[in-house]
Amino acid sequence: MIEVKDLHKSFGDAHILKGITTSFDKGKTNLIIGQSGSGKTVFLKCLLGLFEYEAGTISYDGKIFSNLSESEKRDLRAEIGMVFQGSALFDSMTIAENVMFPLQMFTKMSKSEMEDRADFVLKRVNLPEAHNKMPSEASGGMQKRVAIARAIVNNPKYLFCDEPNSGLDPKTAIVIDNLIQEITDEYQITTVINSHDMNSVMEIGEKIVFLKNGLKAWEGSNKTIFKTDNASVTDFVYSSNLFKKVRKMYIEENE
Amino acid sequence: MTYLHNIGAYFLMIAEMFRKPTKWSVMRQLILKDIDDLIIGSLGIIAFISFFVGGVITIQTALNIDNPLIPKYLVGFATRQSVILEFAPTFTSIIMAGKVGSFITSSIGTMRVTEQIDALEVMGINSLNYLVFPKTIALMLYPFAIAVGMFLGILGGMAACVFGGYSTLADYILGIQTDFDSFHVIYAFIKTFVFAFVLATIPSFYGYYMRGGALEVGKASTTAFVWTSVVIILLNYVITGMLLG
Ligand SMILES: Nc1ncnc2c1ncn2[C@@H]1O[C@H](COP(=O)(O)OP(=O)(O)O)[C@@H](O)[C@H]1O
Ligand SMILES: [Mg+2]
Repeated sequence: MIEVKDLHKSFGDAHILKGITTSFDKGKTNLIIGQSGSGKTVFLKCLLGLFEYEAGTISYDGKIFSNLSESEKRDLRAEIGMVFQGSALFDSMTIAENVMFPLQMFTKMSKSEMEDRADFVLKRVNLPEAHNKMPSEASGGMQKRVAIARAIVNNPKYLFCDEPNSGLDPKTAIVIDNLIQEITDEYQITTVINSHDMNSVMEIGEKIVFLKNGLKAWEGSNKTIFKTDNASVTDFVYSSNLFKKVRKMYIEENE
Repeated sequence: MTYLHNIGAYFLMIAEMFRKPTKWSVMRQLILKDIDDLIIGSLGIIAFISFFVGGVITIQTALNIDNPLIPKYLVGFATRQSVILEFAPTFTSIIMAGKVGSFITSSIGTMRVTEQIDALEVMGINSLNYLVFPKTIALMLYPFAIAVGMFLGILGGMAACVFGGYSTLADYILGIQTDFDSFHVIYAFIKTFVFAFVLATIPSFYGYYMRGGALEVGKASTTAFVWTSVVIILLNYVITGMLLG
């Protein structure tokens, strides 16, 4: 479980996060949603320790990140997996090398142990045959799978995904969402996912935090998001044309 | 103000580059790869340019000496001096600022915009050490490339001289041995070491701290080329003043 208390983050004069308090549960897919530019990526990068923040605390299963020593931070980092928005695969390495990279960095595994583990996770993300391809030869969906494989290869306790299905076709997007949810459940990971995609919200929104103007405007789940009368949330939910049309049809049908 | 800020940030980057070193087994691979990309990959162009510019220097010198009182061996002497003192170390480095420099800026810049640098940082890797340090070490072999350039420049001069009929082979060889001062070679290699460090770190700086997308990567490469060249030219002036002045 990850707990965030009163998190503030600015870039120069721009106050991006204005005091966010929330928590993310273990074994669940926790979604951070909000319009583009609402600070989701900044929030995630604070959680990851990539950005320094002015105020607030973030704790990982009770351990407050900013109180940790350098070596404790290092140990914690070894338990974190991250899937970046554009996959962020190392383009000078093959797919298998990408997946083995965290093992090479964090563990004392032998080459063959690393290869076995990479085989295993690549199979888990349904890419049993792609080992020797370069990332540039892989499709967007494949790259995402590799990024997920790389993120989970070292058995992380925490998994972060920044818009994991942006740039993917709707079908692949759902497959990726479901893959993340299955893995989260299977290994009881605390997973935090940034999204502005209503499909993801419905599919895997076990817990949802809605950001607006640097503040948490609402919190709930895919079970409650359609029932709320919070104007910002309904605005966001029905900003999708599809949802608008479905809703209109629904209203017309019921008249 | 931004100049001062950049200069400060540049020196902080250099200090940071030595902190929290990457595992040696990984670092060794990175260094070998960078030697291949930056040094071996540049030998062809350095050889090509040196040979032909050496030839041109010889032809120009020969054509400008029309006074019969000036001995013919001076052509070889002048070629040797220009190639060793300026052409091979400085001129070639400016060209390398374009070739090696823009390669470094665009490869690190692309890693920045595609979040590969963030991916390294998330894993607790010191990305400056991981990316910039091996390039700096690889470029410590740059003086060898320049030595090849010096040799080929003088050889190109010889070819132009003999085949163009400007003087005899014996005169040219006499010329390149006349008044040889080994300190000139030391001076040239001191310059080259300094330029190598500049060639590795300034383009890295512009790549590492860039923000934006593909367009900005291109702009950062151009800016890096300009500043690398300017710094090389200025340092050339300072080092020459200190060592030969
Ligand atoms: N490194 C940075 N420096 C300055 N401003 C930034 C930086 N990263 C993000 N921002 C700003 O923070 C705001 C939120 O951005 P972001 O978190 O990327 O939004 P989202 O991911 O929700 O689309 C934007 O206004 C953006 O310009
Ligand atoms: Mg974002």
